[in-house]
Amino acid sequence: MSRLTIEASTPLCLLQDAGRFGVRHLGVTQGGAADWCSMSWANWLLGNELDAAVVEITLGGFAVVAEEDCLLALAGADLGAQIDGQPLAPWRSFRLAKGQTLRITQPLLGARAYLAAPGGFTAPKVLGSSATVLREELGGLDGMGLPLAKGAALGYSGGALATREMPSAQRPDFKMHAPLDLVLGAQIGQFSGQSLFDVFNRTWTIDSRADRMGIRLLGAPLQYQGAPMISEGIPLGAVQVPPDGQPIVLLNDRQTIGGYPRMGALTPLALARLAQCLPGAKVKLRPVVQDVAHREHVEYLQRFKDR
Amino acid sequence: MNPRVEVVALDCLMLRLFDEIAEANMPWMLAASERLRTAFGAQLIDLVPSYTTLMVHYDLTLLSPAHARELIAEALVDLAPNARSAGECHVLPVWYDLSVGPELSLLAERSGLAVKEVIRRHSAREYQVFALGFAPGFAFMGLVEEMLAAPRLNTPRKKVAAGSVGIAERQTAAYPVVSPGGWNLIGRTPAKLFDRHRDGYSLMQPGDTVRFEAVDHAEFIRLGGDDTPLEALA
Repeated sequence: MSRLTIEASTPLCLLQDAGRFGVRHLGVTQGGAADWCSMSWANWLLGNELDAAVVEITLGGFAVVAEEDCLLALAGADLGAQIDGQPLAPWRSFRLAKGQTLRITQPLLGARAYLAAPGGFTAPKVLGSSATVLREELGGLDGMGLPLAKGAALGYSGGALATREMPSAQRPDFKMHAPLDLVLGAQIGQFSGQSLFDVFNRTWTIDSRADRMGIRLLGAPLQYQGAPMISEGIPLGAVQVPPDGQPIVLLNDRQTIGGYPRMGALTPLALARLAQCLPGAKVKLRPVVQDVAHREHVEYLQRFKDR
Repeated sequence: MNPRVEVVALDCLMLRLFDEIAEANMPWMLAASERLRTAFGAQLIDLVPSYTTLMVHYDLTLLSPAHARELIAEALVDLAPNARSAGECHVLPVWYDLSVGPELSLLAERSGLAVKEVIRRHSAREYQVFALGFAPGFAFMGLVEEMLAAPRLNTPRKKVAAGSVGIAERQTAAYPVVSPGGWNLIGRTPAKLFDRHRDGYSLMQPGDTVRFEAVDHAEFIRLGGDDTPLEALA
């Protein structure tokens, strides 16, 4: 087994994979990489299973030292990565020689970077996944839901391949010009007419209250006029509207059930882009027909088959 | 019952079976759950039951939204309620004490009952597990009798001890792990509610029934309970 030693980390540097499935009826959250696209590309660059365990680095502050020559991959946000001080752009696999340090510094474009290793990082599967969920004490290197800590060793057992780079046409655009697609939900008709206009025509600002449970959007308050709801299952990407009218987009570590009304849910592709937005960023929402979004999603997945 | 299917996300449909919380829903909910699991098989990613709904999260690489709707419709043909005996019956020992359940006095005050009577009434009923959520193994149970019903605390506690038993409105629950929480606390159970090494992980499952049994301090400790007072956790 090969090793990297963690030289610097933060509570926002977590081992993640695609998430925990088949246990949500027990109150266990999904977890997993917030930007599943970039996680998949990081693994794709190394020929891994797309859901192999990776390191999710949010906002930077992470560094590892190679204990032997190795091949790694970096995808997602440009967090000012450096190898021994030399800049390293994401969307590629690269060599890190024994003794060299890979340092992820600070956000230049996007919020979350994904570091992958051949075969995926080694970690126990807890309830079927290595995804780290702090509040549930599940996943991560020791299975107890802890963030990656300075001094810990990241192991992997896959073999090295040739380095490769993702064609620039394939890379997701984190500059956020395109609106985020929203599949309309059952309560959409119970919001005021003004709210229905505002939600799709106004610009929304990403609040600083944003974590792996949810991202709050600031803008014109939305007004729900329906009856109070009984708690029900919450899908990934749900856009829920609490009484203050400021919508919250629910992410991977959301609670499994809840009783706030919803506008609908972002598509998985839109959600992956939202997960790369920093506080203060502006976004717009756009309604999408479920069948159209479904077709787009399946087409997108085809890209990963091209090896 | 008036089943409706609603879109909730690109790969999730909500099956709405009822409009109100009721113990009588459960046999139907269990039957529908079972049918859906069979109908979707490996195409099911998660099935999230709540009081009146079942959220079906399916694999969108294998099913189109239209096909998923068809599977739900087929699953509901000639649906019949499951016998109540389908769920397990659990007895949860509880040490009811002000040091671990400070709202015992508040509930007594609100209801005009003696603390002892609050305890007797809470432990006299058999409750249904309606849904799991909030945290792994956190079971929403009910219904608590009207006399004991109380709204959540205005300011939730930052730290509620694992095993804490509480009441919110007409529901009761026990916290599986330390977490923030706004329920009125009345005692603590030594039972391990969520265990990653147990088959099925969660002690309680939707459709199970639960009875609380008052135990004294010595018994609580003997069963492995932690009697650290609530204020020492803050």
